[in-house]
Amino acid sequence: MESLIAVLVGVLFATGTYCLMRRSIVKLVIGVVLISQGANLLVFTTGGLLAGRPALVPADGVAPPAPFGDPLPQAMVLTAIVIGFGLTAFLLALVTRAHEAVGDDDINAFNNTDT
Amino acid sequence: MNEYSLLLTLLLPLVGAVSLLLGHRSLAFQRAGGIVFSSVTFALSLYLVYVVDRADFVVIQVGDWQAPFGISLVADRFSAVMVAVSSFMGAAVAIYALAEIDEARLRKFFFPLYLILLFGVNGAFLTGDLFNLYVWFEIMLIASFVLISMGGEKGELEGGLKYVCLNLLSSVMFLAGAGIIYGKTGTLNMADLAYNLSVAEDVNWVISSSMLLLVSFGLKAGIFPFFFWLPASYHTPPSAVSAVFAGLLTKVGVYALFRSYTLMFAPIFPEVQPLILVLAVLTMVTGVFGAASHFDMRRILSFHIVSQIGYMVLGLAFMTPLALAAAIFYLVHHIIVKTNLFLVSGVVIRLKGSCDLAKVGGLCKSAPWLAILFFIPAFSLGGIPPLSGFWAKFALVKSGIEIESWWAVTAALLVGVLTLYSMTKIWGEAFWKQQPENVGAGPLPNPVGRIAYMLAPITVLAVTTVWIGLFGEPLFSFAERAAAQLLNPQEYISAVLPANTEVLP
Repeated sequence: MESLIAVLVGVLFATGTYCLMRRSIVKLVIGVVLISQGANLLVFTTGGLLAGRPALVPADGVAPPAPFGDPLPQAMVLTAIVIGFGLTAFLLALVTRAHEAVGDDDINAFNNTDT
Repeated sequence: MNEYSLLLTLLLPLVGAVSLLLGHRSLAFQRAGGIVFSSVTFALSLYLVYVVDRADFVVIQVGDWQAPFGISLVADRFSAVMVAVSSFMGAAVAIYALAEIDEARLRKFFFPLYLILLFGVNGAFLTGDLFNLYVWFEIMLIASFVLISMGGEKGELEGGLKYVCLNLLSSVMFLAGAGIIYGKTGTLNMADLAYNLSVAEDVNWVISSSMLLLVSFGLKAGIFPFFFWLPASYHTPPSAVSAVFAGLLTKVGVYALFRSYTLMFAPIFPEVQPLILVLAVLTMVTGVFGAASHFDMRRILSFHIVSQIGYMVLGLAFMTPLALAAAIFYLVHHIIVKTNLFLVSGVVIRLKGSCDLAKVGGLCKSAPWLAILFFIPAFSLGGIPPLSGFWAKFALVKSGIEIESWWAVTAALLVGVLTLYSMTKIWGEAFWKQQPENVGAGPLPNPVGRIAYMLAPITVLAVTTVWIGLFGEPLFSFAERAAAQLLNPQEYISAVLPANTEVLP
């Protein structure tokens, strides 16, 4: 399972990078979103993937029985997803406004502030 | 009692932002609130420095969950002085913003966003947990994203888009690096991480994740070769905003680099030291060449940020007590001076309508007070004695000579000369030569507030850099104590993790 997810993370990063390399600002947004989802999945996988083994402490025990899922990466990913959503929403709004202002979808037209 | 000094410096900007949002109808309240909250934060941060200097560490375990399970907030001398100088700058720029930020931007919640930016920066300095550092970065970034693009003009949106995209990529790398470190070590608490790595037999397996973090922090700090977004975006928003960005945001990246290589990744530092040294020198050199080749005041200043970041990272790369003290001194000096220069460029725009050196001139005659106020920070940045920049550069070069890193020292000295060259270019073009005919854009048609509001913080910052230059001994000895603390990560670990003290090697 982990290796499958690892391949998926790689595919997400690769597709995202490809989209970033394109010259359209819409694909720029898609690329950023794909890469950030790839990172989320990567963090999620580092905690180990265990199905149906929650980290619940039995009533008389001090530690959950041995192979248990780690809740911390899941909490981290949840935070990262929320932050990612917020930033994506902002990025979309910004791209819309920038598209109106510059009047072009082509990143080559966004060179007025370049040095 | 000591804990409150830390907590209040963190919470006050947040309380300020919320109350300004509640009272968003009154512009007078926005203005007054922005100044009051940032000034009180500054006063509290001075108290934090005082407390930390006496107690060495102030640690809060949030919710009383002991580290490494809870979230730790830690202030050591380095983070305390960073909080203090950033709050100082925050208060100064808030006063400046009275005159520069127009009503439209005030109605779009300029001051609440500004306070949230300070909140995020202070949090990033004070956190003791890697994932929380990520979250603080995001808080700071979200506020800065809106601040850089809120004007809605073409240049701002364009610069904002570049800024946003590169910073998002940097955050992604940070998240991936933090996640991989968690997978490898099972902890994200910085002290616990440092402890685990210091007792591990083989630490080379964290080099990959430390490199991810190096790239991420390097992107935020604007070191070579990740700096290209910085001069493409920093000159687009109003000067009050770009002054904060120039003074603060790159320094948070530098702070994170210092924190990770003096604390968390201290055991693998010898492996990455040559790399950091090369990156620092290349940052200095490329930044100053960029500055020398440009002809717009704010673009020159943006490139200078890059080259000055190189000096600070050079201090990290040397990693001797003197070099780290010099780097901390340099950080303080640079935040004050660079903010000041951007604020001066805002006044130039106000008076002449442009920052293009081909279009402005004659400021020496028409505004001699401004010429003096530009002269002081510019030559402080160039490293002319007795201003603060001289002592920062002097200590850094001395530490480089001590460890006989000749080529880095040579580069640092040459870059200093070139910095001075590009500063004299601004001086000669904008202040000394005659106002060119037929191209003058003229003063801005509808200035917002009185120019006294702009000059007061500029004067205060200029006096501060002279003051640090003339009576810099207390600050430098403080920086030396902070550097000693940084070089001794065991103290930090035992302050945050008291349970591990007795098993330390």
